[in-house]
Amino acid sequence: MQDMTTKNASATGAGPTAQSLPEPHIDLSVNPADEIKTTTCYMCACRCGIKVYLKNGKVRYIEGNRDHPVNKGVLCSKGSAGIMQHYAPSRLRNPLLRVGERGSGEFKEISWDEALGMATDWLGEVRAKDPSKLAFFTGRDQSQSLTGWWAMQYGTPNFAAHGGFCSVNMAAGGLYTFGGSFWEFGEPDWEPTKYFLLFGVAEDHGSNPIKIGLGKLKARGAKVVSINPVRTGYNAIADEWLGIKPGTDGLLVGALIHEMLRTENVDLDYLVRYTNAPWLVIQSPGAADDGLFARDVDGKPLVFDKTSGALAAASRVDIAPALVGEFTLADGRKARPSFRLIAERYLGAEYSPDAVAKETGVPADTIRRIAAEIAEVAFNQTVTLPIKWTDWAGREHDSITGRPVSMHAMRGISAHSNGFHTCRMIHLLQILLGTIDVPGGFRYKAPFPRPAPPANKPMGKPSQIKPNTPLPGMHLGFVAGPEDLLIDAEGRPSRIDKAYSWDAPIAAHGLMHMVITNAALADPYSIDVLFLYMANMSWNSSMNVGATLEYLTAKNGDGSYKIPKIIYSDAYASEMVAYADLILPDTTYLERYDCISMLDRPISDADGPADAIRHPVVQPDRNVRGFQDVLIDLGARLKLPGFTKEDGTARYPGGYPDYIVNHERSPGVGPLAGWRGEDGTSFGVGKPNPKQLEKYIENGAFHIHHLEPGQRYMKHANKGYLEFAKAAGFIGNTDPIIFQLYSEPLQKFRLAARGHGAIQPPASHTQRIERFFDPLPFWYPPFEGAMIDERAFPMHAITQRPMAMYHSWGSQNAWLRQIHAENRLFMSRSRAGVLGIADDDWVWISSHIGRVKAQVRLMEGVNDDTVWTWNAIGKRSGAWALDKDAPEATRGFLLNHLIAELLPPREGGYRYSNSDPVTGQAAWYDLRVKIEKAPAAEAHETWPRYEAIASPPGIVAPAASNFGIEFKESRR
Amino acid sequence: MTALPATTTGKKLGLVIDLDTCVGCQACATSCKEWNTSGYSAPLSDHDPYGSDPSGAWLNRVHAFDVGEGATSRTVHFPRSCLHCETPACVTVCPTGASYKRAEDGIVLVNPDTCIGCKLCSWACPYGAREYDYADGVMKKCTLCVDRIYNDHLVPEDRVPACVKACPTGARHFGDIGDETSAVSKLVRERGGYDLMPELGYKPVNKYLPPRPRRDASTAAIASTPAEKVGAPGNSAIEKLFAWADKALSR
Amino acid sequence: MHPAYSVILFTTASGAGYGLLFWLAILSTFDDLPATPMLGLVGLGLAFGLIVTGLLSSTSHLGRPERAWRAFSQWRTSWLSREGVAAVAAFVPFGLFALGWIVFGVNRGIIWTLAALASAIMAMVTVWCTGMIYQSLPTIRAWSQPLVTPVYVVLSLASGAVLALLLLRIMNHESEDFGWLTVTLLAAALLMKRIYWSMLDAVPRDLTPGDATGLGRFGKVRPLEAPHTQPNFVMREMGYKVARKHAEKLRVLVQIVGFVVPVLALILTLAIGGALSIALTVFALLALAFGVVVERWLFFAEAQHIVTLYYGAEAA
Ligand SMILES: Nc1nc2c(c(=O)[nH]1)N[C@H]1C(S)=C(S)[C@@H](COP(=O)(O)OP(=O)(O)OC[C@H]3O[C@@H](n4cnc5c(=O)[nH]c(N)nc54)[C@H](O)[C@@H]3O)O[C@H]1N2
Ligand SMILES: Nc1nc2c(c(=O)[nH]1)N[C@H]1C(S)=C(S)[C@@H](COP(=O)(O)OP(=O)(O)OC[C@H]3O[C@@H](n4cnc5c(=O)[nH]c(N)nc54)[C@H](O)[C@@H]3O)O[C@H]1N2
Ligand code: SF4
Ligand code: SF4
Ligand code: SF4
Ligand code: SF4
Ligand code: SF4
Ligand SMILES: [Mo]
Repeated sequence: MQDMTTKNASATGAGPTAQSLPEPHIDLSVNPADEIKTTTCYMCACRCGIKVYLKNGKVRYIEGNRDHPVNKGVLCSKGSAGIMQHYAPSRLRNPLLRVGERGSGEFKEISWDEALGMATDWLGEVRAKDPSKLAFFTGRDQSQSLTGWWAMQYGTPNFAAHGGFCSVNMAAGGLYTFGGSFWEFGEPDWEPTKYFLLFGVAEDHGSNPIKIGLGKLKARGAKVVSINPVRTGYNAIADEWLGIKPGTDGLLVGALIHEMLRTENVDLDYLVRYTNAPWLVIQSPGAADDGLFARDVDGKPLVFDKTSGALAAASRVDIAPALVGEFTLADGRKARPSFRLIAERYLGAEYSPDAVAKETGVPADTIRRIAAEIAEVAFNQTVTLPIKWTDWAGREHDSITGRPVSMHAMRGISAHSNGFHTCRMIHLLQILLGTIDVPGGFRYKAPFPRPAPPANKPMGKPSQIKPNTPLPGMHLGFVAGPEDLLIDAEGRPSRIDKAYSWDAPIAAHGLMHMVITNAALADPYSIDVLFLYMANMSWNSSMNVGATLEYLTAKNGDGSYKIPKIIYSDAYASEMVAYADLILPDTTYLERYDCISMLDRPISDADGPADAIRHPVVQPDRNVRGFQDVLIDLGARLKLPGFTKEDGTARYPGGYPDYIVNHERSPGVGPLAGWRGEDGTSFGVGKPNPKQLEKYIENGAFHIHHLEPGQRYMKHANKGYLEFAKAAGFIGNTDPIIFQLYSEPLQKFRLAARGHGAIQPPASHTQRIERFFDPLPFWYPPFEGAMIDERAFPMHAITQRPMAMYHSWGSQNAWLRQIHAENRLFMSRSRAGVLGIADDDWVWISSHIGRVKAQVRLMEGVNDDTVWTWNAIGKRSGAWALDKDAPEATRGFLLNHLIAELLPPREGGYRYSNSDPVTGQAAWYDLRVKIEKAPAAEAHETWPRYEAIASPPGIVAPAASNFGIEFKESRR
Repeated sequence: MTALPATTTGKKLGLVIDLDTCVGCQACATSCKEWNTSGYSAPLSDHDPYGSDPSGAWLNRVHAFDVGEGATSRTVHFPRSCLHCETPACVTVCPTGASYKRAEDGIVLVNPDTCIGCKLCSWACPYGAREYDYADGVMKKCTLCVDRIYNDHLVPEDRVPACVKACPTGARHFGDIGDETSAVSKLVRERGGYDLMPELGYKPVNKYLPPRPRRDASTAAIASTPAEKVGAPGNSAIEKLFAWADKALSR
Repeated sequence: MHPAYSVILFTTASGAGYGLLFWLAILSTFDDLPATPMLGLVGLGLAFGLIVTGLLSSTSHLGRPERAWRAFSQWRTSWLSREGVAAVAAFVPFGLFALGWIVFGVNRGIIWTLAALASAIMAMVTVWCTGMIYQSLPTIRAWSQPLVTPVYVVLSLASGAVLALLLLRIMNHESEDFGWLTVTLLAAALLMKRIYWSMLDAVPRDLTPGDATGLGRFGKVRPLEAPHTQPNFVMREMGYKVARKHAEKLRVLVQIVGFVVPVLALILTLAIGGALSIALTVFALLALAFGVVVERWLFFAEAQHIVTLYYGAEAA
């Protein structure tokens, strides 16, 4: 990128040649920093490495750290604007106690002692009475391993982080299928990949890695195919864009699978080796084990071995399992390899390209051509790397051959109510092609792969919830069948968000989006304290904002709030602050310790596990404390077992850094995996090392363990890797991870719905469980469209992440808000013409629950039936220390006002949440709307406009900013 | 020295921007603002930063354009900053000499100590590359990060413009376009790098690499497999597949 | 282009001042203008006042007026610098001319005549430079037209002439020939401005966003999103646009109020003479001033900068 590093000898800038007047002397070598500190960015969840230039104690510049595994030196727009986030006038300054009505924003400043005393009283009372009366939910944080552990010690079942409204169906879809997932838990093998399919991604958590990767593909001329109703950003540079109709990817992928099967472009070897494709599925309609795998006496799944002509344990190496046919089990019943069931489903007419063309909007010929292109690359352009490795059975191989087709998908798939199955279908396609963890395919990032599904079960069954008692384990886990649900004897949810109940059995990350609604409606029960951490739940992260605000302020007959107490930790004057009673002000990301842990969501790349920290590079100038410190302090005040010593004193008196270094989740396993052991030489497992944080700071605030070349691919079946992962504490044993194309846990739920087993769904739920717990992925129309009159609401409405904004945070950033201070509703030029709408017109966007006014921008690159906008630009007047008439409030809008959190009532009146029925993932993008031109008199500002909220005390924004002027003198 | 340098070294430092790769992420724009607000041009002031009409001086701006219509249309992200023209009127119109082109490397700069803020140079620039700083009262423009590219305090690989270093996709390339053997010159040759509005005679140094042709149905190298016959019984396909998949495959 | 009031005031006021200076110099050299100090004081004082008001107002347009002196250095390339140099240089003969007339009561004789002629030349050189600042910009088609500078000059001459005429009439130095000359100048200015407008309307605006981005070869280029949702300097300064319809009306207004009305009024004064003619001349002057200010406003407002192509203009 640079071919000019030679330094000019004179360095004066005076040109060597004669001129009419001399050029001014300029100092070309001003020292930009007194000190450069390395830490981790927090402007989004990508967690890039940064170098913070400090001059005169002030932040002068933030750049990407070249050595960092995530961003390798590059930095996105948000990261580069971190200075303005750090110095934002909206930063909270003191702990706050609400004095006005909820929502008014009227607070008084109190001391930390008062604040923590109050919190301790509130929380202590609840814990002694019934810990489930506390709901503790955290937003986009990166310390779930601490917050979750705290909630476990407290004993409430009601804990989750933001995953439930984010992309839990993606996570679950992947983990139940191949023990990994999209998100930042895996990545395309960017170097050798030759064909890349990108489903529904605008930005993603691994945004810099994706951009770096796309740059590589473009430079190399690998083909990039975008499947997305909108063609902007990444999708704009794709070589081919399929402007699919929202919610129909399952049909498109199904048709691609159809084509692969039809044209016999399937990696059969890969299937018999690494997947359950040959496992025999019992065909015994009506039986309690119908559709489960046939197993031997040890419970091992069976296959039909063609060599011996007999049934054999699937795990045996010396067999040749059949993929098709029908075989007779010892008990005389029939069984079929799951591959046969897959083939039957996908070769069916409903997944033929011709059948899906209309619904998806992608022409049948295009689907066939794409399928042919994929097949050509996968099977005729394989990549072989001369890497020696040993498979799980001990067989040595001299090389690894990959089929260089890779895929990535995110919320375009997950934010639909059919996302779990669609996601599984994409993984099915990858696996049929043999492209998981091979050169050029999709690669796991440690600690993945894990068994599919991972072995840990969710905690929080009624029997596990007792006053003043921790839960027996962590909240979030993976159910293997109805017996793992968190429900009472009547089938009622034991969690406030109904996660792991019949409403959302495979919740995996909880249903954050339902907490406020459920708590206010006392369905399944009411709570006493709502404790939130960095989630803007009264605005852009809630569905149905209007109703949410009503729930937050709803009162009982006696004038008390239905949600009696709300504690909230934010760093800034967000919309949510105004709706809480007690505010615990956090530091900014440059002022505190954080731990990006292997126990949580680490920053690994495909070549090795990595974790990282943040550490204070500047000191706060306000009366604020890092939330993790506060939580640890609260834990000690509440005398939670994990946070106190036997003598009742604080276990981590040094706060979060103390915890990071000394906490052991299991013997030798702590928050950080690097430099463990007393001498700092162990990785993964080892005694706490008192110098561990220093080591991290020295190394640029991260640690990466580079896997041996022989451990880098085929991790699910790679002896070297599996042994390493077991030793590092990532997995419990070294058994190969077999891909679950056919998902037996799902079938178990289905059997329960059919009346088998001890735990069965209530009658009202049976149909839903029967339909959606199909052990093979399938497509069904998204719920909202299916339940409302599609003719009345003919358009799909979706949002995209703006690359230069992080949810709501960016708007307080003086630089970023210049890029996006308001948002438009984008729609296709041709459809607008039909509706009589011109560019710049204002329109009403109506859904079945309300309407919003916005200004349109017409464009070419959008599916005709789709409108979209940038996410979370619209702001509540008065929030974020912005002017009351900031464009964000007067012209910026949210689609959230239109997105129902509950589906229309079913027969019997019950309302399911507007979520994926399998995982409870919020179905943000199922939204259906109607667009009408607004009359001229209304064509100037957005609607609805809520009353302005007051800024907390002491928060004032300056009228001008000339950041940098303080560094000017030093340079000339 | 408002006159263009009489003789030059032949060195033409500049940027080559790949429109085929740019995703419009704005990283170059913010990292530019960030470096430069405390750099040679400090400050790049912001007006009404938290108010109803926020604006400020930036040296690099990224647009998005709709190009064409219907099936052959495309979306193109388009970063725009000073092109360090060879014969730019922005320099010659300057009454004070504050605006000048460096003889040594062709970088066009404004001397913030002598600029009177008459704004004439911004009128003379066809590319909108000059932004007046209302608070500072002087004109600001892309400096090609002159205080980075020769800066001894930075490690050699960081001696590139802030925007080039930040760009996550690698769509921005920096180098000597005057040197035919440089990597950027090679890129310009290979990819058909072009000048913006050459007819105006400013002779921009920066080059843009055009979006590559799309690879869709119109250009596909691979014919799609013929469709199954309409109404063909699904079973025949299944039977065929089963016959194929019935090979003995060892584990 | 954004019509900045400081710049409008500068070009109109100093234009009139230089025009007045020009005519006072010419008339005193060739037309026996009496060397009464009072006439000199009022006439040259008014010219000086207008010129200085204009120049001062132009510095208020600067971000760093305290550095304005630096603008004299780049006369070799910059018309703005040349204008500054010319403006300052003009004060030398102007001062001498004024000295003779006001202090010594002479406005003829070799020295004083040379000073007068030099003042007249420098006045017009200055106005010429002003016009060239605009005419030399290739980025604005409305300005890079050959008539831009001549129109500046003729408007300066015409407005100076009306001022001079008024002055002469007030001071009882009525000259019928000069009256007719003034009428002719006004008519010429009107004619030139009309030719300018018709040329302007015929100027091909053939640069498109496709050219500005180089993407035209792929199809029609339309802005999808600007880099910033609120206007920035470039849009504020260069993005000003007056509606075509509005501009048409203003053009008519300029022609009628700015030229036709003064011409008719002055012809009337030539016919009737007497005290009423002074009042009519004042009226003509006010109408002209109004017209010229509107003309200058339009000169900016109608000028479209090429950079607008990046921000939604379809052609430039
Ligand atoms: N800059 C920035 N980065 C972020 C965030 C941010 O706010 N700003 N947020 C972070 C968070 S929390 C998350 S969850 C991730 C999410 O990152 P992404 O997954 O990239 O999320 P979205 O922006 O919602 O993008 C969804 C994309 O799917 C498309 N889409 C919608 N419906 C469909 C469909 O039915 N099919 C297909 N194929 N496409 C569809 C949309 O057009 C859009 O392009 O980003 C993270 N990174
Ligand atoms: N319409 C629509 N709605 C959506 C989505 C969508 O695509 N479309 N996406 C959904 C998704 S995937 C997600 S993840 C959610 C995101 O929703 P949220 O997680 O609510 O996202 P943010 O707006 O980032 O709000 C986080 C809060 O954290 C605060 N914060 C920032 N930094 C700190 C800090 O250092 N410490 C503390 N304590 N607080 C801090 C911010 O001020 C803000 O109030 O939005 C969801 N909402
Ligand atoms: S992607 Fe950007 S905001 Fe996110 S961590 Fe990386 S640099 Fe920071
Ligand atoms: S792009 Fe504009 S500012 Fe830069 S050198 Fe060319 S004319 Fe001057
Ligand atoms: S604004 Fe400054 S740099 Fe530009 S022409 Fe005027 S004096 Fe020169
Ligand atoms: S070269 Fe430097 S000044 Fe120019 S656009 Fe890039 S970062 Fe900004
Ligand atoms: S940083 Fe790179 S990809 Fe992003 S907008 Fe700038 S040039 Fe484009
Ligand atoms: Mo998310």
